Amino acid sequence: MSAVPAQSFAAPHAGDILLSVRGLKMHFPVYEGALFRKVIGYVKAVDGVDFDIRRGETLGLVGESGCGKTTTGRCILQLERPSAGQILFNGRNLADLDRNQLRGIRRHIQVIFQDPYSSLNPRMKIGDIIGEPMKVHGTEPDAAKRDRRVRELLHTVGLNPRFADRYPHEMSGGQRQRVGIARALSLQPEFIVCDEAISALDVSIQAQIINLLEDLRDQFNLTYLFIAHDLSVVRHLCHRVAVMYLGRVVELAECDELFDNPMHPYTRALLNAVPIPDPEVEASRPHQVIQGEVPSPINPPSGCVFHPRCTLAVEGCKKAVPGLRELRRGHWVACTEV
Amino acid sequence: MATLLEVDNLQTQFLTSAGIVKAVDGISYDVEEGETVAIVGESGCGKSVGALSIMRLIPWPPGRIIGGAVRFQGKDLVKLSDAEMRHVRGKEIGMVFQEPMTSLNPVLTIGLQITETVRHHLGVTQEEADKRAIELLGLVGISEPERRLKQYPHHLSGGMRQRVMIALALSCEPKLIIADEPTTALDVTIQAQILELMKGLTRRLGVALIVITHNLGVVARYADRVNVMYAGKIVERGRAHDIYHRPSHPYTLALLKSVPRMDQPRKAKLDPVEGQPPDLTRLDEGCSFRPRCRFKVEHCEREFPPLNSVAPGHVAACFETARVVRLEKVAS
Ligand SMILES: Nc1ncnc2c1ncn2[C@@H]1O[C@H](COP(=O)(O)OP(=O)(O)OP(=O)(O)O)[C@@H](O)[C@H]1O
Ligand SMILES: Nc1ncnc2c1ncn2[C@@H]1O[C@H](COP(=O)(O)OP(=O)(O)O)[C@@H](O)[C@H]1O
Ligand code: SF4
Ligand code: SF4
Ligand SMILES: [Mg+2]
Ligand SMILES: [Mg+2]
Repeated sequence: MSAVPAQSFAAPHAGDILLSVRGLKMHFPVYEGALFRKVIGYVKAVDGVDFDIRRGETLGLVGESGCGKTTTGRCILQLERPSAGQILFNGRNLADLDRNQLRGIRRHIQVIFQDPYSSLNPRMKIGDIIGEPMKVHGTEPDAAKRDRRVRELLHTVGLNPRFADRYPHEMSGGQRQRVGIARALSLQPEFIVCDEAISALDVSIQAQIINLLEDLRDQFNLTYLFIAHDLSVVRHLCHRVAVMYLGRVVELAECDELFDNPMHPYTRALLNAVPIPDPEVEASRPHQVIQGEVPSPINPPSGCVFHPRCTLAVEGCKKAVPGLRELRRGHWVACTEV
Repeated sequence: MATLLEVDNLQTQFLTSAGIVKAVDGISYDVEEGETVAIVGESGCGKSVGALSIMRLIPWPPGRIIGGAVRFQGKDLVKLSDAEMRHVRGKEIGMVFQEPMTSLNPVLTIGLQITETVRHHLGVTQEEADKRAIELLGLVGISEPERRLKQYPHHLSGGMRQRVMIALALSCEPKLIIADEPTTALDVTIQAQILELMKGLTRRLGVALIVITHNLGVVARYADRVNVMYAGKIVERGRAHDIYHRPSHPYTLALLKSVPRMDQPRKAKLDPVEGQPPDLTRLDEGCSFRPRCRFKVEHCEREFPPLNSVAPGHVAACFETARVVRLEKVAS
């Protein structure tokens, strides 16, 4: 049942591919009318996304709010049923699997959410929160052993094992995020979707959690899809980066290549918008502020969806939808004018 | 330049079941006419409470200004009557909040909200107010202002709503605008648009700006002077250049070092501020940064360090400033 996609969107170096996403679409229906609900259109949250992630790699997924990052992650996590496309995990198309097979695979794909407050059950003790997945999946049915494993996990994420007996409200945001990470690790996953995992944290705590995620990646050979809007954090943590705009990947490259040599006009605008914490640098660098806002994903612009805001746009951009082209080795860009 | 605002030993507290929260614990700073002053610090350090205290918008119960003065153009706002304060709010000091949805009225059109403010404070006719509203929306870069005036807040995107907030704040030509995390809820591209807009307008109209943020990048581009807050107190103040290039308080230094920078080579490992942010109900008489401080000495337990001068126009509240500065020199 193994399927290898014809075209590769993987990093140029060797190593097996853990996850492939091909032609992924997620269109949510928009309804009108209370009694006779009628579909009047679709939110094209994800509209043809392709990428590969090699084992041990961290792929950053960036783009403005609403561009489809979370939805892409939710499709991979099987929390949404995609409208079209394939998600191959270890070469197996998740859509072809029956419930039992899917359950077996789900263990290996975990998630760390943005909000450490709402993602933990306030009535459960920390120890039970971390132990729950092991109980549900039956990987550690013995309570005493599970307890030991919970304490081990707490230690791994830098928390005192005594925290097992506390409740979420008795912990700080950074500590709760560590609990969320411990829970994600409890089933020894291969792949973790980190969805804005550090955005809700205090500035002074963010670096602690970034370091922890890095240490765990090395220690357990984890593969991450790292969804974030802070581009300097993405640059620090990721091996490769995919830039999304209105449901599509517009640029995909290795991290240094993308930040040193951005090619898509949108990526360039996005990078230019990030303020640098140094008044001298800020005073001397050119500021080209991108005009306008992201259009509605219900009625996206024709042709290249970026054309209404693009400074390079030509007449043809309103017609043809540009596909990803490999312009340099391992560097894909969806723009006809670069 | 004349001093426009002088915050003098301001103290604001909240009575909670966990104890007294000293949200603002004796802060002093000033703002000159036309100047942009930043207040930076992490969540919960008292930035918003400090701003709301200036505007006298602290809800009682549970909060209360328990001491200090806020002199605005010479008069102490803390002592004004509620009616006098209503005149200052909106007319003389404008405000922009992080979440414009909470400060715009959801059931009134954009137009009505602007014209009501204008008519209330400037006593002009509806017709003149309408004209002013259209002019203001144009000023903040909203296209088709006539059509927008008839819309409700929920029709607008977050960035558009923030533009409307700025239009409202500017509507009566105030001398000062206080912007509390004005771009925190926005995407980085829209953040850049809003910040450029605010910078351009304040310079052009000569309005002073207090910008409150946790984002060190935002401050770098826009502030003339910076106040760094920690646990309800200002721990360092200086010109933006000095704060970024000669940080003299261990907290400022640690904060600057902990963020990855796009303009510098990637580091193997980040250098985090260790430990947890402080619990404001459990502060003792010593330095509140002590549990996280690499420079602490025995004396730091006994007394809170006063703000001392480290260079002209540059102060820091730390007993070990000399060591911090020396270490910085060696590192760079
Ligand atoms: N209504 C209230 N009741 C009780 N405590 C309050 C209230 N408002 C604020 N506080 C407390 O005052 C302190 C400072 O709050 P403030 O909102 O000023 O922080 P901040 O620096 O603006 O943080 P953030 O960046 O999260 O907005 C916090 O400890 C907060 O919990
Ligand atoms: N369940 C849903 N029903 C309708 N629209 C949705 C749903 N989930 C997400 N969307 C829309 O899909 C788009 C992409 O959303 P999302 O992936 O959450 O964006 P983000 O990049 O911020 O994570 C947005 O326009 C959002 O409003
Ligand atoms: S295809 Fe055209 S509109 Fe799209 S990014 Fe390239 S130049 Fe701009
Ligand atoms: S006074 Fe002491 S504890 Fe406080 S910041 Fe300075 S060295 Fe650190
Ligand atoms: Mg999201
Ligand atoms: Mg605040």
